[in-house]
Amino acid sequence: MSATGIGAAVRRKEDLRFITGKGKYTDDVVRPGETRAVFVRSPHAHAKINSIDVSAARKMPGVVDVLTGKDLATDKIGNLICGWMIHSKDGTPMKMAPHPALAADKVCHVGDAVAVVIAETQAQARDAAEKVKVDYQVMPAVVDPGKAKSGPQIHDVAPKNTIYEWSLGDAKAVDAAFALAKHVTKLDIVNNRLVPNAIEPRVALAEYDAGTDQLTLWNTTQNPHVSRLVIAAFVGMAPEHKLRVIAPDVGGGFGSKIFIYPEEVVCLWAARKVGRPVKWTADRSESFVTDAHGRDHVTHAELALDASGKMLAMRVKTIANLGAYMSTFSSSVPTYLYATLLSGQYDIPQIYCEVDAVYTNTVPVDAYRGAGRPEATFVVERLVEVAARQMDIDPADLRKRNFIKSFPHQTPVIMAYDAGDYNASLKKALELADVKGFNKRKRDAARDGKLRGLGYSTYIEACGIAPSQAVGSLGCGVGLWESAEVRVNPTGSVEVLTGTHAHGQGHETTFAQLVSERLGIPFENVSIVHGDTDKVQFGMGTYGSRSGAVGMSAIVKALDKIEAKAKKVAAHMLEAAEGDIEFKDGKFTVAGTDKSAAWGDVSLNAYIAHKFAGQELEPGLKETSFYDPTNFTFPAGCHICEVEVDRDTGKTEIVNWTAVDDFGTVINPMIVEGQVHGGIAQGIGQALLEGAVYDKDGQLVTGSLMDYCMPHAHDLPSFQVGLTETKSPSNPLGIKGCGEAGAIAAPAAVINAITDAIGNEELGMPATAQTVWAALKRGQPRQAA
Amino acid sequence: MPAVSMTVNGKAVTGDVEARTLLVQFLRENLRLTGTHVGCDTSQCGACVVHIDGIAAKSCTTLALQCEGAKVTTIEGLAEPNGPLHPMQEAFRENHGLQCGFCTPGMIMAALDIVRRRGNDLDEHTIREQLDGNICRCTGYHNIVKAIAAGAKAMAKGGAHQAAE
Amino acid sequence: MYNFTFHRPTTVRQAAGLLARNPEAKLLAGGHSLLPVMKLRLANPSALIDLSLVEGLSGVEQKGRSIVIGAMTRHADAANSPVLQQVLPGLASVPASIGDPQVRNRGTIGGSIANNDPNADYPAACLGLGATIITNKRRIAADDFFTGMFSTALEEGEIIAKVSFPIAKKAAYEKFKHPASGFALVGVFVSKRGADIRVAVTGAGASGVFRVKSFEEALKKRFAAKSLEGMTIPASGMNSDIHASAEYRAHLVGVLARRALVKATA
Repeated sequence: MSATGIGAAVRRKEDLRFITGKGKYTDDVVRPGETRAVFVRSPHAHAKINSIDVSAARKMPGVVDVLTGKDLATDKIGNLICGWMIHSKDGTPMKMAPHPALAADKVCHVGDAVAVVIAETQAQARDAAEKVKVDYQVMPAVVDPGKAKSGPQIHDVAPKNTIYEWSLGDAKAVDAAFALAKHVTKLDIVNNRLVPNAIEPRVALAEYDAGTDQLTLWNTTQNPHVSRLVIAAFVGMAPEHKLRVIAPDVGGGFGSKIFIYPEEVVCLWAARKVGRPVKWTADRSESFVTDAHGRDHVTHAELALDASGKMLAMRVKTIANLGAYMSTFSSSVPTYLYATLLSGQYDIPQIYCEVDAVYTNTVPVDAYRGAGRPEATFVVERLVEVAARQMDIDPADLRKRNFIKSFPHQTPVIMAYDAGDYNASLKKALELADVKGFNKRKRDAARDGKLRGLGYSTYIEACGIAPSQAVGSLGCGVGLWESAEVRVNPTGSVEVLTGTHAHGQGHETTFAQLVSERLGIPFENVSIVHGDTDKVQFGMGTYGSRSGAVGMSAIVKALDKIEAKAKKVAAHMLEAAEGDIEFKDGKFTVAGTDKSAAWGDVSLNAYIAHKFAGQELEPGLKETSFYDPTNFTFPAGCHICEVEVDRDTGKTEIVNWTAVDDFGTVINPMIVEGQVHGGIAQGIGQALLEGAVYDKDGQLVTGSLMDYCMPHAHDLPSFQVGLTETKSPSNPLGIKGCGEAGAIAAPAAVINAITDAIGNEELGMPATAQTVWAALKRGQPRQAA
Repeated sequence: MPAVSMTVNGKAVTGDVEARTLLVQFLRENLRLTGTHVGCDTSQCGACVVHIDGIAAKSCTTLALQCEGAKVTTIEGLAEPNGPLHPMQEAFRENHGLQCGFCTPGMIMAALDIVRRRGNDLDEHTIREQLDGNICRCTGYHNIVKAIAAGAKAMAKGGAHQAAE
Repeated sequence: MYNFTFHRPTTVRQAAGLLARNPEAKLLAGGHSLLPVMKLRLANPSALIDLSLVEGLSGVEQKGRSIVIGAMTRHADAANSPVLQQVLPGLASVPASIGDPQVRNRGTIGGSIANNDPNADYPAACLGLGATIITNKRRIAADDFFTGMFSTALEEGEIIAKVSFPIAKKAAYEKFKHPASGFALVGVFVSKRGADIRVAVTGAGASGVFRVKSFEEALKKRFAAKSLEGMTIPASGMNSDIHASAEYRAHLVGVLARRALVKATA
């Protein structure tokens, strides 16, 4: 392994600008003549708009324009859309309600935008926004997904607020298997609603050049090309070639910056209307009521086992709250990203899952770190843990008995797992966590009045999203391949243009490691370019732990072509047959001779083109590849959480955390571990601290960081992280992906540990001190089913 | 509009501002020092932490006019232009104490304040407790804690107990 | 936030004059309660009168059998005051527990008690020690000062100059932090100074900081955690929100009081 090649813990290229304050985030971009936009938002969860009076606002100092949903409709600006078609059991398509960027007739959640004020300064725009008079006719709201079907209808297209009633699996076969079961474990589970809270709030800055009829959008997005595609093709703002989307440094995304939001549409439209750049920067309070939330499932789940603990079948019924409108990928999250993972790491012959997706008067819900897979893992790993406890089988042992051991393995829920060794990660985790010593630690804790508990989560996820044909057959509106363009400069330095986007993942470093190793050139001589539709031809962006498995695979394919072309150039230079040229460590040699050419000589010759005829070989050294994976990848592993619960207050402290993950090939272990740490923190956040709460009228009670509890440093332990490795056979590098694992694994491990400590399985998330105290007080003994 | 003058990163600066202008706005918009960030509106996240007269403060909860005559240091003022990085900056890079980088300037400024108050030999518990005013969504804090411990030690070696203010 | 005019007096008299001339003005101390509220446009003062240049309002000193803390003393400075740590460490632990380090670097005792947030820490210390609030006009006993949620006995034009705390032999504060905001979900201050036994609770009461007479009575026999064993207070009158029900808060009052007593008698 070279010091900067694959497998090396190279320090990150991008850090220098971030640690010196020289990062360039969207809000740091300032355009000449820039104006500021402030949105007028609904204070009501559900209301008709009788009228909007903007006359007073227009007279306020500094106001450039005030625009409403009517103006938007007049200008024929299209609605936002959801790009993944789901069909109900009965074959009917999902009920997608219109989602205008500014509501004209009615508002459907607190925070729904009804008008925008454009002014010289942010403060002036905000002053004027308060003068916009909106006459609302307030209507009853529905916020609880369990009551959505009987609540007031929100959209004309969706009777009973039902978007779809979808199912996966063979219900009859599952019923038959349950009939034969010796043991059935049943759980009612609420997967709590989360607010992503990337620390950088969303920002949109739009500029219109009347001379060229060109629109440019600087935006906090994880996928500039998808954003441009949707805004061009569906919203109809401008043709694709007249719209440029730039995602500069982006301060975290976690899914919330995948989606196409009203604000960027409005800023583009307004910039063209007022003829000046328009910038909108979200306040955190605004983020809470406009950024797509995550999770929000209500589930009943059952697991059937035989007398020996062999799993026979699983039955799951979930109601998924998609909020007031269908966000960009919302429909896929509780279906193909959820039910398809219900087999976990286990050989379960039959699985049946029903999912009803509903509208409520809440912020739209979409993918958030893990997207569907944390929900699935929580269902599976809680069922397994509780079943083990009920059957008095060691939870690790019950898992082992049911692990899938041979690959490929076709689950009953679409996925074909291609590689893994679940025993290996469990075994290593058991050792690292010193599970053998747990009973002693539990006794010691008891002497201090503390309740100690241990919880496992042997999770699986489907990443490397995704084979285009496969997702197309499941309803996805786009292909999920990735592109790469490798430009070799005459002097031998290399620029790689990728369609993925980094917002913390360190692609500028890991992608350069790949190129450095493959071409044998210094790491410093490689630049990674992303986040600009004028530079990168097309790409699908970053989410679903796809950038390594799909994005780097595209780079590999492009590098294959570069090598092939460079060998042709070298053959001319060295006057040898192309087939005799070998390439290693940045040097081209003629096999069996000492004739060689250095990388930089070959790149220079490719451009000066003196050694070959143009008719024979095109000058230049630049190649493009579009890589479509052959399968999802299946990262998996074992996380073990150990907690201590304060009996008097119910406060939980996480005292040990062990994570052993199989991510396939690891390019940079330092970065991979960092991803694991961050994921675990978000998972612990979900389990212990975070929960978006609406009151019955649809007001978000946890609408700021004063009430919504983000994990702080003192809420978390240091993490013990280990790796096992089985390579993914589905991409050339054997990468599986690591970005979401922690968030997927962690919640179940935490809740399994606390329920172990307190001896009561009825425990909701977040398991705050109060929640745990109440569970301790109820003190119901574990039910044997 | 009232005028305000202060010293920022060693340079005397002045500006005309509305009374309601926050220090962070003055830094970002008037002085174009965009390393100081705004991550929340309720003084929780700490992305805006700077030093006022050597003491860490949230520049989103401080008026520019309150800093009349003060010495303000931002992330841009830690290292000399083209000079070596401050040991705390170096420690964040060396220990992968950042991912998206948005909370990082505030984290580094807060870290230096921990060193000012608690010295150069910091244990994990102290660092975690003292980071209460800064939120990171990316790193899970694991490597930030390591970075601060290492940065504090490196400062002792280099004799740089405090930021360059 | 809405705009306002900004004043920086250098004496209490000037500050009082500005207050008198600007009836909609607010005093600005550390600003860490007021500015966040103004940023959310929930307060709209016509003027801010910044007290940071007013001389003689900062510092911690022992005066006879009392500790006197100037109104503009920052939480960090109070928490780290050697004299306070030596003679009344239970009180020093209160500012040390407020907010986060950056908040403690700016926030002041005067600002905290004038605001009387029902979840703030200092009111519990004032009431729990029987402090005297000294203004530019008079001396107010803590028992009379805190009159309800965000409400105090301060009259118009009245400016807190300092707070005098009697030095209790035994005193301690125990706080259960709100997990998001860092305020006290419940905080209990206990003290014993001769026959004067006090148990003051913040965060829990629907009308702000209050004393727990039943606990104080029980502690008269013996000032120890054991005296409160099994004791709790009624949930009625407790705050209830998503973070803690009235019942849970009432329970925590008992738990934290016992823990504070363990600390105070250690």
